[in-house]
Amino acid sequence: MTSTLESQSAPKRRMSLPVFHPDFMTEAHSASADTALHAALDNSVTKKDYGRRSSLAELPDADGLRQLAGDIKRHTLDHLDYYLELLERNIIKHGGKVYFAATREQANDLIVNIAQRTGSKLVVKSKSMVSEETELNDALIAAGIEPLETDLGEFILQVDHDHPTHIVMPVIHKNAAEIGRVFERYFKTPFTDNPQELAEMARVYLRNRFNQADMGISGVNFAIAETGSIVLCTNEGNGRMCTTRPRIHVALMGMEKVIPSLDDLPVFLKLLARSASGQALTQYTNIITGCRRPGEHDGPEEFHLIIMDNGRAKILAGEYRDTLRCIRCGACLNACPIYRKVGGRTYGSVYPGPIGALLTPLFNGLENHKHLPHASSLCGACFEACPVKINIPEFLIKLKRDQVEQGITTAPERIIFKLWSWGLRHGWSYRLGQIAQRVMMRSIGNKDGWIKKLPPPAQGWTAHRDFPMPPKHDFRYVYKQYRAIQQRGK
Amino acid sequence: MKVSLFVTCLTDLFAPDVGMAVVKTLEHFGCSVDFPTAQTCCGQPAFNNGFPAEARALAVKMIDVFHDADYIVTPSGSCCAMIRDHYIELFHDDPDQRKLAEDFVARCYEYVEFLTKILKVDMTGLTLPKDEKFTYHFTCHLRGLGATGEPAIRLLKQLGGAQFTELEKSEQCCGFGGTFAIKYSDISGAMVRDKVECGVKTGAQTMIVNDGGCAMNIGGACHRMEAPFRVRHIAQVIAAAVEHTAGANVS
Repeated sequence: MTSTLESQSAPKRRMSLPVFHPDFMTEAHSASADTALHAALDNSVTKKDYGRRSSLAELPDADGLRQLAGDIKRHTLDHLDYYLELLERNIIKHGGKVYFAATREQANDLIVNIAQRTGSKLVVKSKSMVSEETELNDALIAAGIEPLETDLGEFILQVDHDHPTHIVMPVIHKNAAEIGRVFERYFKTPFTDNPQELAEMARVYLRNRFNQADMGISGVNFAIAETGSIVLCTNEGNGRMCTTRPRIHVALMGMEKVIPSLDDLPVFLKLLARSASGQALTQYTNIITGCRRPGEHDGPEEFHLIIMDNGRAKILAGEYRDTLRCIRCGACLNACPIYRKVGGRTYGSVYPGPIGALLTPLFNGLENHKHLPHASSLCGACFEACPVKINIPEFLIKLKRDQVEQGITTAPERIIFKLWSWGLRHGWSYRLGQIAQRVMMRSIGNKDGWIKKLPPPAQGWTAHRDFPMPPKHDFRYVYKQYRAIQQRGK
Repeated sequence: MKVSLFVTCLTDLFAPDVGMAVVKTLEHFGCSVDFPTAQTCCGQPAFNNGFPAEARALAVKMIDVFHDADYIVTPSGSCCAMIRDHYIELFHDDPDQRKLAEDFVARCYEYVEFLTKILKVDMTGLTLPKDEKFTYHFTCHLRGLGATGEPAIRLLKQLGGAQFTELEKSEQCCGFGGTFAIKYSDISGAMVRDKVECGVKTGAQTMIVNDGGCAMNIGGACHRMEAPFRVRHIAQVIAAAVEHTAGANVS
């Protein structure tokens, strides 16, 4: 009976993003204790963060450029309908086809249909976060089509049935030995943990398969409305293979990826690679406008662009619009002291790190991701790193406010904050509170002036560090004495 | 110059020495300092946890308590950032109170900022009681003030007997973050251990931490980990130099 009742209760809101690891606290607990993970992340993301700073410092006015990039994005988002229509017209003009997908399921269906219509059996993919968002590979496999990730990191994850933990460096959570074991199992070759040998194994395998592929799928870093072009920024060259070798090219983009004109592109190109990895530019920057024209010798016969909403229109309509400026550079992850301690897996869904802590609840509902807005010390490193100036800490605070307003914040917490702030409005209750805290803490403190164990709900503090015992007299007492002595001296 | 001290609730309860060091050093540099006793808290914990109405009520009180102060100076970067980044917007729908907030915000300074931007002090001539090796942790909320660690480090280096050594990942948050340290103590614990380990590597005797919360966090982890350095506010270091130098001059 109970189960029937439960199943009849209001259905949980549909999730726009897949959730791989729903239990934030469990993930955070184990990752926080994983010092090998911390060392690996320091060696990769922390270094990239320093690379970002020094490469941006080479620019005459990096901050002004970030402001400009943010302004271009804001303008585009404010007129998104106009620019998407312009993009559509210009893609069609160059022989491409454009589709709008309201949900990720629709986006997958569109791609599966194109694959089926064109008789595509093998699909090669260049790295695309938005295809992670739609779980495209699962949809293709279900339709009997073989997807193959060709970005080295994504390839490793695919053969190991794993998920990316970083927007730009998807396999950052595995070291060379772990990757060696993955390849040993997959290729049935002797184990090696030599990165060059591992990369070579993948390269030889992938080269061969590029030649067999019927269809290539790419993401989109920027879509230029004025010219009907899509821009792909990659480092491995696989993106170029995916978009030129197969007969069919399908590009999948979130609808926020459009920029007005070719003149805007350099602003973003200057920032994207620098922010992501400290490079001045990615190794390959492809500007793709339509498909093969009559008389041309290469390039795909068909080009399809799928523009996906999947929850973005809802975000666009509200006060979180600026979050859609994100260009997926990963700089906020690299700068984040929390990401450096918990890794990407802990964030549970496709987009990890500070931007993920913001996007995941916005896409999937705050009630489904209660911890994400709170699991931040609001240090502001992400805002400082963001090339389009998304004020992530500010938005996280707004999400917490929404949680309070929507009744998601627990009653005890609401009561504590209301009582606390009421107490601070009056001098007498503030004093009383301070005295009560001092008496309580001095009663449990050691002679050395430190508390080893705080009572609930503050026990978490002393699980990891000692807590200072308040001195016998507070500042206002000491100050009063100081002034009294001065008076007497006069 | 007339200065009113906003000591902050944490410093009031846990670090009266820091508050007194601010008073004594500001007096040394020629300010007259008062302490409005009706002050409580800036409202940062409420605001950061999603309770803007509660924070607003406390902001009204703060603005009222300091309404006739020429300058308001606080030893805490994060409380100052709360005021500067959020007080005006808290009253977006109340033009009169907003005006008062704007006026209040314009008079608020973090301690090092006040020393360097308003008083433009020079520490040369001040000597520490004994040679000491320092390192410096960049407290995150200085970002909200558009500040860097440079002014504090410059002041430190001017003190006779002060040696300075760079802290690795100096700008990485120590893991305090108010209620974050309690609610997400595992993550916060990993962060603060990292900070202490970097501190140990410097070989410094003292880590300068200019925020009450960060100081409690890093100090508590130092004690738990038996780290060979102590955490101090820069005001305490300057106060020691002022006292020592004054004593030397008298003798």
